This record gives sequence, C-alpha cells and structure tokens, in this order.
Amino acid sequence: MNDLNVGGDRPRPYRGAVDCDVQITVPHRDALLPYLDEYWRDVSLQRGLQTLDTAAFPRQAPINARPDWRLPEPASVRDQLRSLQVNLLDRYGFSAAICNCLYGVQLLHSEDMGQSIARALNDWIAREWLDNEPRLRASIVVPMQNPTMAAEEIRRVATDRRFVQVLMLVMGEMPLGKRYYWPIYEAAEECGLPVGIHAGSMYRHPVTGTGWPSYYAQDYFSQASAFQTQLTSLILEGVFGAFPTLRVVLSETGVSWLPPYLWRLDKYWHGLRSETPWVKVPPSEIVRSRVRLTTQPFDTPADPAVVERLLDHIGSDEMLLFASDFPHWRFDGDDLLPAGVSPDQIAHISRANPLATYPRLAEGVVP
Amino acid sequence: MEKDIFSRLAPRWRTHIATVGMLARQGFTQEMQYPKGQPMAVRRDAFPPGGGMPGSDLDFMRAQHLDPNNVQFGVLIPLGAAQSLQNIDLSVALCTAINDWQVEEWTSREPRLRGSIVAAYQDPQAAVAEIHRLAGKRDFVQVSLLSRLPNPIGHRSFWPIYAAAAEVGLPIGVHAFGNGGWAITGGGWPSYYGEDMMSHAQTSQSALASLVLEGVFERFPTLRVALIEGGLGWLPSLRWRLDRIWERSRDELAHLPRPPSEYIRESVWLTSQPIEEPANRQHIAEVIDWIGWDRVLFASDYPHWDFDDPQRAMPLPLSRERRDRFFLKNALDLYGIPHG
Repeated sequence: MNDLNVGGDRPRPYRGAVDCDVQITVPHRDALLPYLDEYWRDVSLQRGLQTLDTAAFPRQAPINARPDWRLPEPASVRDQLRSLQVNLLDRYGFSAAICNCLYGVQLLHSEDMGQSIARALNDWIAREWLDNEPRLRASIVVPMQNPTMAAEEIRRVATDRRFVQVLMLVMGEMPLGKRYYWPIYEAAEECGLPVGIHAGSMYRHPVTGTGWPSYYAQDYFSQASAFQTQLTSLILEGVFGAFPTLRVVLSETGVSWLPPYLWRLDKYWHGLRSETPWVKVPPSEIVRSRVRLTTQPFDTPADPAVVERLLDHIGSDEMLLFASDFPHWRFDGDDLLPAGVSPDQIAHISRANPLATYPRLAEGVVP
Repeated sequence: MEKDIFSRLAPRWRTHIATVGMLARQGFTQEMQYPKGQPMAVRRDAFPPGGGMPGSDLDFMRAQHLDPNNVQFGVLIPLGAAQSLQNIDLSVALCTAINDWQVEEWTSREPRLRGSIVAAYQDPQAAVAEIHRLAGKRDFVQVSLLSRLPNPIGHRSFWPIYAAAAEVGLPIGVHAFGNGGWAITGGGWPSYYGEDMMSHAQTSQSALASLVLEGVFERFPTLRVALIEGGLGWLPSLRWRLDRIWERSRDELAHLPRPPSEYIRESVWLTSQPIEEPANRQHIAEVIDWIGWDRVLFASDYPHWDFDDPQRAMPLPLSRERRDRFFLKNALDLYGIPHG
C-alpha cells in the first residue's frame, strides 16, 4: 500500500480509484433535440413530450442529491461536470468514473420512441460528457422494450471504446434471465462489455410484487429486493452458462443483502436442482466468479465491527466495485466506503476489481 | 379438503365449488401457477397410512412429528386458497369453516397444538367479526394473513384487522404465499418454482417494509407480527436500509417519529424455516446476534418437503439459554403461553 500516503499531507487511499457508478442527468427535454432525427424531433415538439425523469429518482427527493452537491435545477452539463470534477475526480484523484444516465427511455411503451431516444441519449453522452472529460467512461443505454433493438444499439455504440458496459434497469417487463432478453447478453458478450443492472424500473409492475406502495421510501427500499429476484432469474435461467464470458455488475443495490441471499439460494438449488439441471454448480460460485456489486449504497450500520463481519460473510475481496453513486446522498464528508473496510480491501475494491471487470478501462486508464 | 372443510359449508358454496371452483387470481383451476417440486409440496412420507392429505391426521402427525421431535408447543397454520379467492363471500365462509375445523379436529384433541385464525382480509369487517368470535378461545394464538396480497400489507384497507388483533392481544402471523394477482416480483413473472420459493424472502421484505413505512406499528404500537416461512437472514440488511431512507425522508415519512429499526425491534418476530445455511455456520449466529435472539422462532414447516429438522436446523453450539429461546421460549412468550 505504497500509495496510501502519497499526494500531500493527508492519506489518499482513493488515488487512482475507478468510480463505477456516477449519475449524469439530462437537464431538460430540449437537451436531446439536436441528437434526435428529424421525425422524432418533430414528434417531441408537436406532442409536447416532457422530460423523462422517472419515479425511481425524483430529482428533489433528498436522497437523490447530497446537500452540498445539489445544483440549482435544471443543472447544465457544464455545471454537473464541474461538480463531479471538483467534488470527486480532482478531490480524490480518481483515474476514471463510469457514468450511468437514468433517463426514462426504457419506460416508454412505444418501442420505436424508446429506440430513438436511447440513440439520442448515447450520442449526447459521447459528445457532451465523454468528449469534455477524458476520465469519464459511460454505460450504453438500451431500449429494453425490444431486445433486438437493444442489441442493435449495443453494437452501434460499442465501437466507441469509452462505453464500457451495457445499462439495464433492475425491474423490466419480465425477469431479466428470461430468453427474451438473451439478444442483449449475446451482443454485450460479443463486444466484451459487462451488463450493468442498475436500480430503476420500467414500471410495468408494482415495485413490491404485491401492489403499489404509498411512499417513495418503499420504492427506494424495493430496489434491493428486486436485485435479489433478478439474480435468481439470471442464475436459474442459465444466462451464465449460455454466455460463458459475460459479467454482470449490480449497481446501486445495497450490498449487505448478498450473503444471506446466497445462503438461501444455495439451499434451494440443492433441493430443486432437478428443475434447472443446467445450473451445475452452487449459485454462490457463479456469483463469486461472474457478478460484481457497486459499493453505494452499502446498507450497513456505522459500527465498523459489523462491516468487518459482513465483508467476511461476503467472503471475497473480488466481488465489490467502488462507487460513489454521485450525486445521490449516500454518505457525508469523505466516507466513500463505510468504516471497517481495510486499506487492502479498498485497493481491491477501488482499483484492481474495476480493472478486472471492465476490460476497456485498461485502454487509457493509468491506475 | 372436501371431507373436512367443504362439508361445513352452506349448500350454496358447495354447489359453487362443484361448478365454478375456487378461482384465486390465477389461471389454473387445480394446478398452482408454479407447479411444486413435490406433489402438493409435501414430504413423500407424510401421507397418513389411513388415507387423506398430509397434515390432516392428528394421530399420524403425533407419531411422525410431535412425539419423536419432542414438540411441546406447535402452531397450526392452515394454508390453501381460502384467503386469496376472487369470490369474497366464499372466502369468508371457507375461513370460518377452516377455523371451526381447527378446533374440532386439532386443538380440542391435542393440548400441544394451537390454531391460527384465518381471516378473510378482503372483507375486513368479516375478518374483524371472525377475530372477535374466536379470540377468547384458548385454541387460537394468532391471526393468519398471507404475504402476497392485492395491496401492500401495510395498506389502510387492512387496518381494521390490525386494530382488532391489537385489541384482543393476538399477533398477526404473515405466512409466505397467497395470490395477490400481481406479478410476484417487481420485474414480472419468473419461470421456475425455484424462483417462486426464493422470492418469498423478498416478498417478506416488502411486507415488513410496508408495515413499517405505511405506519402500522406507529398507529398500533401493541401489535406484534411474526413473519413466517420467509427465512430470517435478510432482516439486518433490511433494517439498515430502512433506517437510512428514513433519515433521508423525514418529510415524506413525517408520520414516523422513530427510525424503522425501533419499530421492528419491538414488534417483529421471524420464524426460522427455511433457515439459511452458510458454509461457515457461525455466520448465521452472527446474523441472529444482529436480529436479536429473543425474536427468532423455530419452525419446521411440517409436512412440507422443505421441512427443517429440529435436529439439524441450528447446527451450532448454542448456549442453553439461546437454545431454549430459539426452540421454545420465544414462541411461548410471543403467543402468550405461560411457562416457568
């Protein structure tokens, strides 16, 4: 851990870190107009299409922007980028940050409209963000409404090697392991891109599985449960066997649910493996080798002793990917990771693991 | 079912069942939406030699489970579709029949067993009347609801049931299963029975979050809830996550003056089956340290196939006190059974 004390008068354990989940926001509908083709630009204007912010992330909800990072709305790309540089990239010396744009492209019921806005959004990300900050990388937004169109968009955008993963929402039309979605995984694997599954929903179903809740707080809460059901789907449907080099990154999941979830899944796999005989090894082994989780929110208490126990329950230093989840309000001050994560684990989580997970990061990232 | 329960129904309902059946917010009339891993999800050795369904013969249950496993106190939870039926009046009639059957065939004959009041949640007034009809009997120790409902379980439509349970001092037992009519995950309908089974843990999480966030424990501070058959390992993570969103949502959650973890610590119990089985068994003990050893209840799930054998469900060297609490005393305390 030589670099723990370089860079001035205070320890810089995050120097060279890769931030695997930062949020960028489309300021308003008009921002994308120059990137739409003529027909969809006309449609947007004639029909008075609004900004596609989603119920999963109301902008003004306190949890969705740390108070000292909150910008006056609508925040321009320039202002968002400046904040990201000052508050994270420069402050801690990150080597790279992966942008996820959670614009509600996937919620549209029209497949064509979803496709056209996804295209515009990816082009906007490349031009307005990646061109302006060499440390940024991004996820490819895909129209999940139509996996064929999604695969096409992956192949179109993946030629720009600053796009390092495919972005999906954790709640879709149907569970993500189903064969319906396999064209997306085929394209991602072919392009060498991990599939990043991020909190968020297409809102085809109530987030609880038992009806619509009264409070946004439950929508937020339910994202973690949704990751659990989706991981079950990906494993039992055989996605990892069918796509042997595919990696899956779970973003903004809450981390602490993972160990007891895997204990339960291994137990049921033992009891019911005749139903899914193509799953030949315990699910926990599949997850350990093929699935990664970003570290904010972590969903742990302040007690570092509990965090140490949890990391022991996870049982591997390779499973976690460092993320700030900027500008969401996950932590205060400089507590990028919860107390209880050791310097050695920070090195794995913030540098080695991202580089191992995202092959494209090696191109131009100096850790 | 036919002999034990339908015979107790008015002719109108027997005709109804014989003609259109018991439609329960799913497409099949007989099969479940996820065909089970075993016939009727039961242990193959649990069919009584004299005929009938597993779990329908008291003498056989004594011989196979209660006596050899030294069960001193057992809570019956009658499942079946009664509570999820589309026809609300039929649901009310069946719940009454099932409750009477528990007394006549089980609790009046076997002092080790107590029943659960099955409540027709779709007609809260009828459910409340049924709770008041039966609450004074020693035969019943809880009110039974299911986890998959047409509305989140904290929804105001169910509050009369919680008010009645709090008034008569009975806990609510929320058992996994039921047909709420919605896709069983927030991301749609999965393919496999294994996913159906796994998702009970997530549905239990949704249920507990709903009870807390909708303000049920704030409104009914003496109400106690047991979450049944969803496992228990997920509880600490849920508590940490809920406390964080509560801190960040004080305006939206202005009806909750206290952090979620406090309501949960006071008002919520969890049954063990299917208990999570980490490779390092000490890990499950650490998780229960975080939950609280006074809040976990042993459950076998007899006669179902995923039965947890009490000899093996907690394969850890536990202190005498923890062992007693887990296997017996916590349940006696929760369900108000006097003990030494």
